[in-house]
Amino acid sequence: MDVTRSLETPITAEDVLHRRPSFGERVQQILHGRPALSPAIVLVLACIAFSFVSDRFLRPENLSLVAQQTAVVGSLAAGQTLIILTAGVDLSIGAIMVLSSLVMSKLVFDHGVPGVLALLIGALLAVVAQAVNGLLVARIKLPPFIVTLGTLGIFTAITLIYAKGQTVTLSPDAFLLWTGKTFDIGRFHITYGVVLMLVLYVVVAFALRYTAWGRHLYAVGDDAEASRLTGISVNRVLLSAYMAAGLAIAVAAWILVGRVAGGDPNSGINANLESITAVVIGGTSLFGGRGVVMGSLIGALIVQVFKNGLALGGYDPNYQVLAVGVLVIVAVSVDQWIRRVKA
Amino acid sequence: MTAPVLEAKGLVKLFGRVVGLAGVDLTLYPGEVLAVIGDNGAGKSTLIKCLSGAMVPDEGGILVDGAEVHFRRPQDAQAAGIETVYQTLAVAPALDIASNLYLGREQRRKGVLGSFFRMLDTRGMNRHASEHIKTLGISTLQNISQAVETLSGGQRQAVAVARAAAFGSKVVILDEPTDALGVREPEQVLRLIRDLRERGLAIILISHNMPQVFDVADRIHIQRLGRCAGVVTPQSHSMEDAVAIMTGAKMVGADETT
Repeated sequence: MDVTRSLETPITAEDVLHRRPSFGERVQQILHGRPALSPAIVLVLACIAFSFVSDRFLRPENLSLVAQQTAVVGSLAAGQTLIILTAGVDLSIGAIMVLSSLVMSKLVFDHGVPGVLALLIGALLAVVAQAVNGLLVARIKLPPFIVTLGTLGIFTAITLIYAKGQTVTLSPDAFLLWTGKTFDIGRFHITYGVVLMLVLYVVVAFALRYTAWGRHLYAVGDDAEASRLTGISVNRVLLSAYMAAGLAIAVAAWILVGRVAGGDPNSGINANLESITAVVIGGTSLFGGRGVVMGSLIGALIVQVFKNGLALGGYDPNYQVLAVGVLVIVAVSVDQWIRRVKA
Repeated sequence: MTAPVLEAKGLVKLFGRVVGLAGVDLTLYPGEVLAVIGDNGAGKSTLIKCLSGAMVPDEGGILVDGAEVHFRRPQDAQAAGIETVYQTLAVAPALDIASNLYLGREQRRKGVLGSFFRMLDTRGMNRHASEHIKTLGISTLQNISQAVETLSGGQRQAVAVARAAAFGSKVVILDEPTDALGVREPEQVLRLIRDLRERGLAIILISHNMPQVFDVADRIHIQRLGRCAGVVTPQSHSMEDAVAIMTGAKMVGADETT
């Protein structure tokens, strides 16, 4: 601050009021209004950077692979976004996804249940499991972190007990493997799983943006007590958020079945933490009430782009973990900065 | 006199061994401003929380238009036409002004978009919200799509008051509505209270600000130690009397109570 100048021309409130916002303040305001913008910029920059690291990066075949690798965690992150918007966090959705995918596969493989029915039963299982989480959080008022830490253990154990250490491989023409089938657009190989994930995102984005339920979800995450006093049924909103996340888990489970061609109790071990990573990098606030679901899709893509790009560049795989860790810290710092915006 | 719009009889609320309300009666007539004053811990907030459905009293009854009601949730009181501006304001900071006005009462689009896709009529709500704010003469709120967290304390207060005024059909309860305000804004809130009274609504005003209370209230309900120490009017008692009754230095004679 130039002290001599300010002494000569006294600064009045009007001066401050009409002073043009600094560059930083304007950036802050823009990002405050558009939570998915900063991750989108990061994604574009990352793609440009990795195109210099390896000339294979931008090839359609490689980009298709990135999309396919994103589908499972991406779908899971759509559900995780709903929970994090309510100022919670779900540590069990990965375990529920694996259990659901195993149940789907085993129903078909062991019991000859038709694929569609097996899918519905697996989906129902995911929704019921999330209803348990939701009831414990909403009714018994336990912290979501503790509830889902408990159910993480429970569902992981049930999965391992149920699997008896075996993996299930379905025949290639099984209905459940549809999500792993590809079709080509030009030189891009798109799996139906990727399409399914995109549909999931459109549905969740619509519900969050254009329905009263979505608005209530933001309000409850923002300030639960204020929402209650305004006349929102906070418990019902919380429970429905967990159950809706259950549907996203079911989608993720189906895509997982397509990717591993059946049921594998050891698949998707890191999917849960990766879904949280995707949501946070996608600009959704861990304190709730702030963020957009499309950000989580971008966040999931960013993680996959970093992994893929670093692998193509021939770097030690440990650097992938390091890079994602740095991204999470940066994303949360940016969130804190954006939250301090004043109009 | 006309029949009371809202009555509370023998309200008791205990918090463990702490007595919040020790049997409080309250009567509210249409078209009047009833101020509730009292020292900290006298039970003002507990009383209005029972009337607004935010708390369920342990004993006692509440009557709206002479019919007994049982408020279990704020929605129940809202359905009975009672709106409340809480001291904490109860707004969702990340949502914009219009969303906050309609929070919990969103309007859906007409036709299949609304009934099947449950799509919100955002444009309609925005339009109604800004019209409504204009009618109330709240000049501090300009951009209806501004997030509430970017507003000042007084502006947030205006949002909360506007919401209560928009949807309250019988009773509007205001808990310390001028507490967070600057110099000029309390005057707007007081004018708003008079406007609501003109429209025939009954208003309960909780305030620490004696000049304001004596300025706008028709009757004054004085809470002391969980009980009603008396109901006075600005005509029958002075500010000093009211403070004396509030602090227990003076008692209200039975004949004085209106």
